Amino acid sequence: MAPDVLVKTVTTEVVELITKDKEIRSGSRAKLIQVIETRVLPHFNFSSMTALAMGQNWNKATPEQKKRLIAEFKTLLVRTYASALAAYSEQRFDYRPLRAKPTDTDVTVNVRVMQSGAQPVPIDYSMEKTATGWKVYDVMVGGVSLVANYRTEFNNTVREAGIEGLIKNMQAKNRSLEAPPAEKK
Amino acid sequence: MTRSSRFLAILLLLTGCATTGEGDPRDPFEGFNRGIYRFNEVVDEAVAKPVATAYRDVVHEEIRNRVRNFFSNIGDVFIGANNMLQGKFFEGFEDWMRFTFNTTFGLLGIHDVASDMGIEKHNEDFGQTFGRWGIGEGPYLILPILGSSTVRDGVGTAIDMYVDPLGELRPINLRNSLIVLRLTGARADLLEASRILEQAALDKYVFQRDAYLQRRRNLVYDGRPPREPREPEEQEKPEKQEQPVNPGPRSDVDTGGASNSYLPRIPRNYEAVMAAGYATTP
Repeated sequence: MAPDVLVKTVTTEVVELITKDKEIRSGSRAKLIQVIETRVLPHFNFSSMTALAMGQNWNKATPEQKKRLIAEFKTLLVRTYASALAAYSEQRFDYRPLRAKPTDTDVTVNVRVMQSGAQPVPIDYSMEKTATGWKVYDVMVGGVSLVANYRTEFNNTVREAGIEGLIKNMQAKNRSLEAPPAEKK
Repeated sequence: MTRSSRFLAILLLLTGCATTGEGDPRDPFEGFNRGIYRFNEVVDEAVAKPVATAYRDVVHEEIRNRVRNFFSNIGDVFIGANNMLQGKFFEGFEDWMRFTFNTTFGLLGIHDVASDMGIEKHNEDFGQTFGRWGIGEGPYLILPILGSSTVRDGVGTAIDMYVDPLGELRPINLRNSLIVLRLTGARADLLEASRILEQAALDKYVFQRDAYLQRRRNLVYDGRPPREPREPEEQEKPEKQEQPVNPGPRSDVDTGGASNSYLPRIPRNYEAVMAAGYATTP
């Protein structure tokens, strides 16, 4: 499947699921995370994302640490993504045509979220072609790259507490998100 | 006038108390900024967030949209002026068309009829205009109450506030009510975003700073920032014929001696995608 078609298919599918599913509409976070894990995650390359976010520090990690880093970062991103999806309310998507040569293996797919009284928000998926299909390795929302944004945080933590410190830090963060406090209204 | 001069005083004060350290080169006043950041958080938790949450929960979404549209419409006059100052006459003209249509057919701007007609809203301010003119962003700053900024954007904000038509509105009570309503609406629109930030960030201050700097850079270039070098660990060199044909803004606009560490890896077709823009489908 071409990368732009993939993005459109998955987005449409997920939006339909979250707007129709009764459990999700009544605020079931577990169900929402389940949808993300089954429908969205297979299209992300988390080892690429983690490596990019780690920058030069990636090479300092042992293979075992790398595995844990990927796992924790993945959990954190899924939780964050779930929160972002929970905020979705009937915005319209504008899928931009893909501009790439058929031989390209590393492309940007643009989608824009349209909203009244505000500038449309561009979402750019950076994708690379792998043996198992096109995979997202970064998402830019309004020009803010998720991976680049984590890079400074990771860098600072590694400098202060080492790779183990970063893993512990993310574990603690993920645990604190496990049972999010009841939505403050 | 007093408001803007107060801002300038703060900015001068900050540039005077430069600190040294091994922190982020884009944020030499980090210690000071974190202080203001904490102060802002306290104010936000105590006043702004509760008021904005109540506003969101009590006022119907339809009404909130109209309030947002009303203020957004006033803003279009200055967005247009900034586009003109940046030499983007077509965009500036579009902004003023938006204002004309929305003020008349949109009943003083409460309906965004221009967007429905396909004239999209832009995002401009004086900080972006300065950036477009080639002025670097300078050190990162946290302004009291207003939050993330840079020296350049802080000066821009001071001008934005100075030319704000609401400032001249009388009676004072009406002016103050409208300003409070605008701020409340703006904060309410950010409730979701701040909740997500809370969850996503390991260090909120750093996360917000980096997002702000990335976002502003993107806005200065209207969503089409120039391509940056790839990660050093990647050996591939970009193709030779890489120079863009159209003379866009200078690429050294926002370096300011900063490291490239926060720049994302960019896919190969990025330039083509950005050059094609959003305006038309092929």
